[in-house]
Amino acid sequence: MTKTVADLRIGEKGIIEHVCLNNIPLKLLEMGCMPGKEVELIQIAPLKDPLYIIVNGSHIAIRKEVAQLIEIH
Amino acid sequence: MATEKKIKIALVGNPNTGKTSLFNQLTGLNQKVGNYPGITVDRVQGVCKLDENTTATIIDLPGTYSINPNTIDESIVLETLINKENPDFPDLVIVVGEVANLKRNLFLFSQIKDLEIPVILAINMADQMKRKGISLDLAILEKELQTDVILISARKNIGIEKLKETILKPKHQKHNSLEDYSQRMDIGFFKRIQRELPNIPLYKAWLLITQCNDLSPYTKEEQNTIETFRTDEDKLTRLQHKETVLRYVKINDILKKAYNVNPEKATTLRARLDKILTHRIFGYVIFALILMLIFQGIFNFASIPMDYIDTAFADLSNYAKNNLPAGMFTSLLSEGIIPGIGGILIFVPQIVILFLFVAVLEETGYMSRVVFLMDKIMRRYGMSGKSVVPLISGTACAIPAIMAARNISGFKERLITILVTPLTTCSARIPVYAIIISLVIPDKYYYGFNLQGLTLMLLYLIGFIAAIGSAYILNKILKVQNKSYFIIEMPNYKLPSLKNLAITVIEKTRAFVFGAGKIILAISIVLWFLASNGPAQTYGKASDIIQKENNLNGIDLNSNQINQQIASYKLEHSYIGILGKTIEPAIKPLGYDWKIGIALISSFAAREVFVGTLATIYSVENSNDTTGIKQRMQAEINPQTNKPRFDFPTGMSLLIFYAFAMQCMGTLAIVKRETDTWKWPLYQLFGMTSLAYLLAFITFKMLS
Repeated sequence: MTKTVADLRIGEKGIIEHVCLNNIPLKLLEMGCMPGKEVELIQIAPLKDPLYIIVNGSHIAIRKEVAQLIEIH
Repeated sequence: MATEKKIKIALVGNPNTGKTSLFNQLTGLNQKVGNYPGITVDRVQGVCKLDENTTATIIDLPGTYSINPNTIDESIVLETLINKENPDFPDLVIVVGEVANLKRNLFLFSQIKDLEIPVILAINMADQMKRKGISLDLAILEKELQTDVILISARKNIGIEKLKETILKPKHQKHNSLEDYSQRMDIGFFKRIQRELPNIPLYKAWLLITQCNDLSPYTKEEQNTIETFRTDEDKLTRLQHKETVLRYVKINDILKKAYNVNPEKATTLRARLDKILTHRIFGYVIFALILMLIFQGIFNFASIPMDYIDTAFADLSNYAKNNLPAGMFTSLLSEGIIPGIGGILIFVPQIVILFLFVAVLEETGYMSRVVFLMDKIMRRYGMSGKSVVPLISGTACAIPAIMAARNISGFKERLITILVTPLTTCSARIPVYAIIISLVIPDKYYYGFNLQGLTLMLLYLIGFIAAIGSAYILNKILKVQNKSYFIIEMPNYKLPSLKNLAITVIEKTRAFVFGAGKIILAISIVLWFLASNGPAQTYGKASDIIQKENNLNGIDLNSNQINQQIASYKLEHSYIGILGKTIEPAIKPLGYDWKIGIALISSFAAREVFVGTLATIYSVENSNDTTGIKQRMQAEINPQTNKPRFDFPTGMSLLIFYAFAMQCMGTLAIVKRETDTWKWPLYQLFGMTSLAYLLAFITFKMLS
């Protein structure tokens, strides 16, 4: 199984390998979340969702369902 | 004398870049908040003098990450900049960026630049570059971006003069990088666009195809062509993604040459604070403490100036009565207008405190953390973490709060938020709560907490629980399509700027006082008229009737008592008395008399009218009384029981009624505009009000 942002542990980093272009919101791409970028998981909200990540210098929070669409290695 | 030159400037930028700080710095208090025609997004405009001969009208467009709109707020930016016929179409755009997030700011910049409007890039927070280990080569940046780049620090007023000079003499360069990108995106497709829409620049045509709803400025033929290009949606989405990637590739190339950051110096304050503020336990504890602080603040700090305002207006009204020639005008002034204005100004202290707290939470960046903490919980109730912002601002006023729900991208999440927000305790309820609480709850301390303050907090809690509970039910029963996604930026923590806070609080309070004030004042005057006039057979012959009755029953009273009797009789038989008497049977089960009934009716215009209405009624009835409204309410006796009218059961029943009832025409109007149908506001009106009636009835029965 491929690893996604949703599988990261707090403090762990990964490089984005692939984003599922058809399902992912354009806005996420516009924030700079695209292949080749490093992504770091900063914090997980108390009920395991949403996730707080840093990507492309942006500190953003996304829901788990979207995080599962961002494949990393 | 040189002729005055006027230009129009639009401010565009990502949220949290200090765009509003720059706007405040340029325009000061020369601001005007209005609405965009047809929709209710705040349209903030200000005036700035650039030199002796030039003034600029500056429009602060809503913050956005991209010109491709995701929310209604963001669509304003596109609509304003794409249509030359738009009255706000600017002569020049200032894109506001920020040193730490330049890459993302440049993404928006590159889109704006392609629209071929003159652009200046203002990079904010330049004073922090050293601390953050950032170095920037302006010359390279200006050359690569083909634009003027100015370093500023809006809060510290650095670079503002230079920016003004540059506005007067900007460099103009034609620039349409989509032409370069299109080679790598789908050259055939873009060639076809250019060929079939020869009169529209390529990037603009591309935006019209993918984004724009309003095609009215274009010819029928062009509109049809645009429609045909829209048919293959998947292809368009794919191309948009590609465009985004290509823009970033170019930006990265430019920044590699011009931008350097020393990673060791990168501040970790945000990360450290976030560890605590978004912690699974401390995060909630801190949030709860902040809420408690707000609520205790509203009740304790605000009560002092409120008492002053109350007495001052009672004195003023009395002064007017004793020192002006008696007559119609004096009566209108002392019994209608002065108590009416007093009824508006009395909430200023509470509104100021509330707006101040909300502004601090927004300005510091803390609000985003709350959204993060609350998203999963709110989703259980069919809302989004972003619904927290409307629900919290709803404690100030439901009208701006419902407008704040625009940021929520899912329709169902947004609708539920709009529907339940009016249940949160808005500041218009506070005067009602405050006066009733002070009448029926003892002013005692209980484990260090003021009992009255605790009651108020309980009412806030009831409001929140009602909102959440209704959301839960609505989520189950509403069958509405919901396609939502949730992306929220966690901005850097900032100390709030005093200037920004002051301007926000002053502007919002001003809008509230004048907006609500007009209604309240008008209602006070109408009420006064209805209370001082009545049918000729009863109202007109009041003194005869009273005399006759007294003679018949053989009662002998002094003239003061007789006057009092006449005044009561007159009020009862005035137009408003008749109205109140008519609805009395309906509200009697809740413990109210016809005077409270009148206040209830007038409250449907706006809740805060309640106190003013009672003030008007009691002062018409008892015009020799010199005390404030609270003493008058305290002195009011229920003739059936000979006990105070505002006793514990009636007081509690009123509190519950006001907590649930939909009594705000302004909110109904906003909900209609935001949802574009009367269906939802009518549901709110009937649903909330029947709930209020039922619960007030139960409360009254249980307590009495």
